[in-house]
Amino acid sequence: MSIDPITLAVLAGRMEQIADEMDATLFRSAFNPIIAEAHDASHGLYHPETGATLVQGKSGLPIFVGVMAFAVKAVIDRAGDDLAEGDVWIFNDAHIGGTHLSDMRLVRPCFHEGRVFCWLASVGHWHDLGGAVPGNYNPQATEVFQEAFVLPPVKLMRAGILQQDVVDIILRNTRLPASAEGDLNGQLNALELGVKRLDALLAEYGGETVRAALDALSDRAEALARAEVAALPDGRWEAEDFLDNDGITDAPLPIRVALEITGDRLALDFTGTAPAVAGPVNISRGTAVACVYVAIKHIFPSLPANAGVMRPLAITIPEGSLLAAEFPRPTGGYTETILRMIDVIFAAMAQAAPGRVVANAYGTINALSIAGHRGDGRRWVMFSFYGGGHGGSPEGDGLNHGNAPISTATIPPVEILEAAYPVMFRQWALRPDSAGPGAHRGGLGAIYEIELLEETADAFLFGERGRHAPKGAAGGGEAALNRFTYENDGAWQVPPLASKMVGIRLKRGERVRLETPGGGGYGPPEERDPARVARDVRLGYLGAEAADAAYGPGWREVPG
Amino acid sequence: MSRSTMIGVDVGGTFTDVFVLDEATGAARVAKVPTTRPDQSGGFLDGIAAQVDDLGVVASVVHGTTAGTNALLERKGARTGIITTQGFRDVLEMRRRDRPRTWGLRGDFDPVVPRDLRLEVAERVLADGRIHTPVDIDAVRAAGQALLDRGCTAVAVLFVNAYANPENERAAVEALRALWPNTHVSASFEILPEIREFERFSTAALNAYLQPEVSGYLARLEAALRGRGFAGEFLIVQSNGGVMAVDTACRLPVRTALSGPAAGVIAAAHIAASAGFDNVITGDMGGTSFDVALIADGQAALAAQSAIDFGMVVRSPMIEITTIGAGGGSIAWVDRGGLLNIGPESAGSEPGPVAYGRGNDRPTVTDANIVLGRIDPERPIGGGRLDVDAARTAIDFHIGRPLGLGTEAAAEAIIRVANARMAGAIRLVSIERGHDPKRFAFMPFGGGGALHAGALLDEVGLARAIIPRYPGVTSAMGCVIADMRQDFVQTVNALTDTVDTAELGALMQAHADAGARLLDAAGVAFAGRAVEVELDMAYLGQTHTVAVPLPTALTDGRIRPPSRDDIAAAFEAAYLRAYGRLLRGGVTRILNLRTAVIGKRPRFDLTTLAPHGAGQTAPRGRRRVHFGVWLDAAVYDRLALPVGHVVTGPAVLEQPDTTILIEPGRSGRVDACGNIILSREET
Repeated sequence: MSIDPITLAVLAGRMEQIADEMDATLFRSAFNPIIAEAHDASHGLYHPETGATLVQGKSGLPIFVGVMAFAVKAVIDRAGDDLAEGDVWIFNDAHIGGTHLSDMRLVRPCFHEGRVFCWLASVGHWHDLGGAVPGNYNPQATEVFQEAFVLPPVKLMRAGILQQDVVDIILRNTRLPASAEGDLNGQLNALELGVKRLDALLAEYGGETVRAALDALSDRAEALARAEVAALPDGRWEAEDFLDNDGITDAPLPIRVALEITGDRLALDFTGTAPAVAGPVNISRGTAVACVYVAIKHIFPSLPANAGVMRPLAITIPEGSLLAAEFPRPTGGYTETILRMIDVIFAAMAQAAPGRVVANAYGTINALSIAGHRGDGRRWVMFSFYGGGHGGSPEGDGLNHGNAPISTATIPPVEILEAAYPVMFRQWALRPDSAGPGAHRGGLGAIYEIELLEETADAFLFGERGRHAPKGAAGGGEAALNRFTYENDGAWQVPPLASKMVGIRLKRGERVRLETPGGGGYGPPEERDPARVARDVRLGYLGAEAADAAYGPGWREVPG
Repeated sequence: MSRSTMIGVDVGGTFTDVFVLDEATGAARVAKVPTTRPDQSGGFLDGIAAQVDDLGVVASVVHGTTAGTNALLERKGARTGIITTQGFRDVLEMRRRDRPRTWGLRGDFDPVVPRDLRLEVAERVLADGRIHTPVDIDAVRAAGQALLDRGCTAVAVLFVNAYANPENERAAVEALRALWPNTHVSASFEILPEIREFERFSTAALNAYLQPEVSGYLARLEAALRGRGFAGEFLIVQSNGGVMAVDTACRLPVRTALSGPAAGVIAAAHIAASAGFDNVITGDMGGTSFDVALIADGQAALAAQSAIDFGMVVRSPMIEITTIGAGGGSIAWVDRGGLLNIGPESAGSEPGPVAYGRGNDRPTVTDANIVLGRIDPERPIGGGRLDVDAARTAIDFHIGRPLGLGTEAAAEAIIRVANARMAGAIRLVSIERGHDPKRFAFMPFGGGGALHAGALLDEVGLARAIIPRYPGVTSAMGCVIADMRQDFVQTVNALTDTVDTAELGALMQAHADAGARLLDAAGVAFAGRAVEVELDMAYLGQTHTVAVPLPTALTDGRIRPPSRDDIAAAFEAAYLRAYGRLLRGGVTRILNLRTAVIGKRPRFDLTTLAPHGAGQTAPRGRRRVHFGVWLDAAVYDRLALPVGHVVTGPAVLEQPDTTILIEPGRSGRVDACGNIILSREET
C-alpha cells in the first residue's frame, strides 16, 4: 500500500522516538558509567527478514549505527522457526555481531498478528567479561579467549521466561557481577519498553500502515543517499594509509580503498589491505561494513540512520584481510582499525569532492592504563582514552582536543582521576605545532604528562599514528605524529613499537608523557589568511619558526 | 503609605513583560512592551512606568533577565584574564573532549578567554588537599599586572584541586585584589568549590566574563528605580527558580543564565498546584523553540549544570528545560526524499512568518495556523495585520505542490508534524526522568502553546491541559511568586563508613549560616525559611552519583549533623528509587555536599486574578476555522468569561497575549483562578 505524506512524517517521528526512549531507559537504569555517562550503547528497530536497520536512536554511539544489523541477522539465522513472542537472545561474539567482546547485544522479535513484525535490539558496553585483563582491553591478545568470555547467540528469555541458567553462566564469568546484572536488567527494560511502544503504535495505525511507512522510509533513505552520491562527479579515486603495527610485530599494515562513483552508485573496495594479523587490530566483516556506514554518515550528516542509505553502496571487503578476520583472531583494538578505514574513505572522498569532507582527525584512541597496588595492598587501575585534534574543514579550522569520530564519549576530569588514583598530572594542555597546516588548519592535539605518586606501577598503552601521521585534505598538510615517552631511571624512553607497549615499570616520581596528533589541514597552507597565522603564533598554537616553515614569513607583516 | 505593590519584569528577546500585583486589592495588571537593545533597561523602565505612576508604593521589583545569557551567546562579556596552575592553561579550551555535533566532524571552539590571557603560575595542591607547591605570589602579581596591561577588566584565579584546599587560591586572590582596580576579581573556590576542574573553571570564568556587564546593567537599573522614588527591594531571578538580592547577582551573574525561563516554570508550578495539579509538564512555545519542563509533586526538576552554548558549561542548579526547534517561526520544508520536516531553521520573530510580510517567503508553523483560521489575521499578537494570501501561496508552493496536497491539507500536515515533534519532546522528558507522561497535565505558556494544547493531549495521552490566565506573561508572574534561594556546594570526597560527621555537620552549618546572612541582608519579609541538604553519593568505583536528600533538623538555625547510619539509609532509599536495586556489600562514597537555603516569600492567592461577576458569556463573533473541514467556530473574549463557564468546541478563545483553540469534541472550563481547563467534552 502507499502511505499518505502526513502519516509518513508523523510515523517517522514516532518510530525514532521509540528508539530514543529505549536509549533513555537504558542510560537511566544502567549500572556502569560506560553506558550511563559515556552512552556507549544503542537501540533500534530492524527488518523482520534481513535484519537491516529501520530506525536507530539518536543518542547511541555512532559505530553502532549499522553494526547492529549484523547482530540481528545473526539471531535471525540462528532462530529459524524457533521463535516465540517474548523470546530474547543475548550474545557478545564479535565475529558474529561486530565490534568487540565488551559489547553485549540483546535481540528481541516484536510480533504483530502472529508474525514477526520487526526486531528490536539493544547493545551496551559492559564493564567486565572475564578474560586476562580487567575491563577486557588486552593489547597482547593473540586469540579472543585472552580478551573475554565469548557468548554465542543464546536465548536469555523463552516466551517471556527468563532463563536463569544463562544468567548464572554470564554472572560467573565477570569480575563485576552486580554491574553486569544491572546492565542486563537495563537492557531488558529498554526492550520491554520498545515492544510496549511499538504495540501501541501498531494498535493505533495498524500493521499494514506502519509496514508501509517503514518501507517508504527505507526507500526515502535510499533516494536521499542516491541524490547525495549523484551530486558527486563520476570517477575512481584511491587512498592508502597505514596502521603502525599489530602490537606483536613491528611492520606497517596498509589499509587501502578504491572509491568509485558511477551515477548514483558508490563502490568502496578495500582490496590491497593487509591480511589478518596475530595482534588485536583485526576486525570482523560486520564491523568493517558498519564503519563504512559511520564514514558515510559523517560525509552526509543529513542521511537518516536507515539501511536504505546503504543500497546505493557496493562494499568489497577482501577475504582473509584484517577487515574480515575469522574466529578466534583477537579484535580488542578494533577502534584503531576502523579509525584508519574512516581516514582512507575521507582521503578518497577528498579527491572526488573536496568540499564534502574534512581532513583526517587524530586517528587513535590512545588507550592508556596505569595500574599498581597501594600501600594497603588494594589494586588500582587507571584507564582512559585520550583526545586529539579534528581535521580542518571547508568552513574553518578543526576542533582542538576532540573525541574520536566513532565515539561521543567525554574524558574524565583530572581532579576525578587524581582523587581516585595515586597520580599527579604535570601537564594537561594543548600541544603546540601539532596541527596540520592548511588554509584551514587542523585542530590541536594534546599533551598529558602523568607522574606516579606510589612506589611502583605498570603502564600499558594501545595507540596508533606513531609512524604515520593524520593526513590533510584538498592540499592541506599532515598533523604531528603521536608521541609517547616514559621516564625510567632519569632518562626519557621511547617504546620500540612507537605507540604500543605493555608492562612499563614506573617508580615514584617517574612520568609518562603522551603527545597526541592534531588533525590534518584543509586546503593549501599558502591560502591561509596571514592574520590567522599571526593569531596562531600570538596564542602559542604555533611556534614562529614552525609558522615560517608551514606558511612562509608573510604573517610577520600583519597584526595577529 | 503601605507598600503593597509587587512588580515582576521578564525581559525576553522580543518583548519585555511586566506583571503588577497590588496585594491589598488583588488587582493585577499585565503589560508587554518591546525589549530595547542593546541596553535592556530602557524597555524595563518604560514597561513599569506604563503601569505604575508612583514607585513609592512598590514593595518589590523582581527581575528575570536575559542580559547574562545574551552576553554569553553573543560573546559580549568583558575582556577577562585567567591565572591558573602551571600546566593547565588550556583546560577551558580542551573542555571534556566533546564535539559540537555527533555527525559531520565540523565546527571549532573559541573559549571566552583567549589563550594569551590565560597565564600560568607555579603552585600545586594534591587531591587530598596537601600543598605540593605553595603559590608563587610574586608570579601572581606579575600575571595580574600583565593582564591589566593587556586591557582585562575582570580576572579569575583557577587552580587545580582548589576544591580540596583553597589556601593557594585564597592567597592568590588576596594579592590580586590588592592590585586590581575594580571588584571583578574571583577565585574558583568562591564560585563553586566542587570537584571537576573543567566545570568549575568554566563556571568561574564565565562568571568573571559576565561580572562587569551584568553588574553595570543592574546598577543602572537600580539607580534609575531609586531615582524615581522606589524604596523597596530589588531582586533578581536565578536559573534555579529562586530569587537573589541584587548585590548577590552582581557577584554571581552566572547564576542568571536561564533566569527568565526558570521564572516561568516556577509560576507554572504555583498555578498548577493552585488548580489542583501537582504533576504538570509545561510547554513554552516561542518563535524559534518549544521549551519543555517537568514539575513532579509540585517540584520543578533541577539540572546540576547546563551548556549555554557548545563548550560554555555553567555548573549551578538550574530548572531543567529541554528545548526543541519547533516554534511558531520554525520553517516547514520537504526534503529530497519527499518527507515533510519542521525546523530546525526558523524565521524567528524577524523576519518572522510569511504572513508578517517582512521578507520571509518560506512557510512557518504560524503561517499554517493563520491559513487554517486559528489565528485572527486582523488581530495578531503584537498588533498589525497579517497577509493570509501570502501564507497560502507559500504553503502551496513549498509543501502542497511537492506532496500533492491542497492548501488546507498541507497546512494541517505542517501542524500535525509540529505537534508530533512537540509530543515527542514531552514524552522523552518524562521518560528520561522515569515518569509516565499520562500522570501529568499539560500547561502551555508563551504566545503559541495554547493553539496546540488540545492536539498535544491526544498525541501524548494526557487527560487535561491548564491554560493560565495570562500565559504570555507567565515568566513575569513567576518573578513575583519565586522564593529566595541560595545554593551552596562543597566537595567532601569521603567514604560513608569513615566520614567525620562532625566536620560534615560543620560544613552544613557554614552553608546554612551563609545562606541566612544573605536572606537577612536582602531586607525581605519571609513567610518561612528552609534548609535542604543533599549529598552526591555513589558506590566506590562508580563515577556517576545519585542525589541523596538528607532529612535535616533545624532548631533556631542550628543543624543537627546526620549520623553515618542516617546517611547510609538515605543513600539506599535514593539509590533504590533511581535504579531499583542495591549493590550487595558495596562500599559507598560521599562526593559532594549541596545545601539550598530557602526564604519562602508569601504566596499570593491566585483567585485574586480570577474574573469577577457575570462577565460576558456570549461569543464576540464567529469565524471559519479548519479542523479537517471548515467549521463555523464561535470566538470568545477569554478574559471576560466568568468562573465556572464551559465553552465547547469548535471555538476560539482570544486574549491579547495568546489564542486558545478548542477542537470539536473538547471543552474548556474556567476554573476558580481564571485558568481554562481543557479536556474532552464534559457530558
